[in-house]
Amino acid sequence: MENRQRLTILMVPPGLWLLLLFLVPLGVMALYSFRPAAPDAHAARLTLDNYREFFANTAYQRLLLRSLWIASLVAAVSVVLAYPLAYFLAFRAGPWRVTLLTILIVPAWTSYLLRILSWRLILGSNGILNSALISLGLREEAAPILLYSQAAVTVTLIYVWIPFVALPIFASLERINKSLLEAAADLGCPPWQAFLRVTLPLSMPGVLAGFFFAFIPTVGEYVTPLLVGGSQGIMYGNVIQDQFLRGLNWPLGSAMSLVMLVVVFVLMAIALRFVRLRELVEV
Amino acid sequence: MDRKVLRSFSFWYFVVATALLYLPILLLMVFSFNDSTSLTFPLSGFTLRWYERLFQSGELLRSVWNSVAVGVASSLVATALGTMIAIAVVRYNFPGRGVVVAVAAMPLVIPYVVLGVALLIAFSQVNIPLSLWTVTAGHVVINIPLVVLIVAARLIGMEPNLEEAAMDLGATYWGTLFRVTLPIAFPAMVAAFLTSFTTSFDEFALAFFLVGPEPTLPVYIFSQLRYPSRLPIVVALAALIMVASVLLIVFAEWLRRYGQQPSRPAEATGRVAERLEPRPLRSAGGVS
Repeated sequence: MENRQRLTILMVPPGLWLLLLFLVPLGVMALYSFRPAAPDAHAARLTLDNYREFFANTAYQRLLLRSLWIASLVAAVSVVLAYPLAYFLAFRAGPWRVTLLTILIVPAWTSYLLRILSWRLILGSNGILNSALISLGLREEAAPILLYSQAAVTVTLIYVWIPFVALPIFASLERINKSLLEAAADLGCPPWQAFLRVTLPLSMPGVLAGFFFAFIPTVGEYVTPLLVGGSQGIMYGNVIQDQFLRGLNWPLGSAMSLVMLVVVFVLMAIALRFVRLRELVEV
Repeated sequence: MDRKVLRSFSFWYFVVATALLYLPILLLMVFSFNDSTSLTFPLSGFTLRWYERLFQSGELLRSVWNSVAVGVASSLVATALGTMIAIAVVRYNFPGRGVVVAVAAMPLVIPYVVLGVALLIAFSQVNIPLSLWTVTAGHVVINIPLVVLIVAARLIGMEPNLEEAAMDLGATYWGTLFRVTLPIAFPAMVAAFLTSFTTSFDEFALAFFLVGPEPTLPVYIFSQLRYPSRLPIVVALAALIMVASVLLIVFAEWLRRYGQQPSRPAEATGRVAERLEPRPLRSAGGVS
């Protein structure tokens, strides 16, 4: 009985906070998505109009698919690029691992907007990439490279996520029992095969966690497209943001948010068939 | 490091990749001392003018102050609430523990644009005007999972015998909590606070939806990106913030490891995962 009281005292404040400022708002948003669009928005009737509009307008669906594609690409490339970093830290860095890990993480914690801005400096028409190409004689006139395109958004986001993706991969590599690798070597397994058949499968939880660390924020991304994407690089998040801050069609925006949330959760549920939720929660 | 490592592919990959990660940041640092309003090459001479102008810009300094206030407030609340959750899920076994863990971790897996939109609608429904308070409330939600993970890792690494010993010697439950458990968890709580603070201080996507007339620093920076002549000042500020956040991170990392047995962090997180699995706990008892 005493335990129950203590537990109540411990759980009520955080429980209330998460209920009132997290779960209820998500529920309100879900309800809002069934409201009629802007003009008579305060009418109390519920409607499926917003969903009808969403599914009738192929432009929205194409944007959602494009965002999912960009997010998958960004997440996959980040994982591939981050894996060797994590591998080096876990297996080769020895006593330096903590210091080197910190060095790797530091860029991830410096201003996100300004790191994106710095890519504008790199890719811009007088940016370093251009200046370098011109001085090497590989290019004659200054013009933005990549900038204001889907490719610029992709490159910038990969850059932003690599350190975050390396973390869970590093954690899962560190947990591998090194004697397994010795056993593989003793049994005559060449290192490359030992990697493919022992190390890689055992690090899959970290790989999937890293993938979702990059995938989830990228699906909903709207800031990077605003800064480096131009009109060609628009993503699904930009349309949602527009519905709220400019278009003022909140019900449609809610419906679009909910569709995205459902898609993300379904994809995660599929992935979680291969790795349990706790692996995503680590690090 | 031995020679074999220095010749390995993964070492050089690490060196080159890390250098590339730092390159854009160093670039900003260089431009903060460049004597020109346009952020382009070639450079046109050294100046400290942007740093001077930075300290004369009232609006900008005000937004820095706003962000510090939001960061401190949201991190304090998140650290308190997250520590309570961590103690509950690590020390108690109760029905719904898995649900608590899932809900507390869920903000990690929801795109910020969705969370921002949901909170915006909810606040407008109950006529709460947008302000720094609404940003703070949102930041508490996204910081709670970070705090729970960091503090739970520490509590799991700690011997439950210490608490049992204190109670055997006559300490009350709350006395034990405040005089044994929390002091031991304290370094982790400070690390959680600092991690939360850096997250909140830099957070834009959520704040953009929830901010009122007073901007936080990222919101202010975003508004300035449209005026090229203001950019060098923002860049100078970025350089200062980067130096400050590096110091904070190094401090937080040091605290996180302070006093922990020389076990590797990954082992600790592995143990978090084990303990968070819904299964009967051996000590500390279930709810009866």
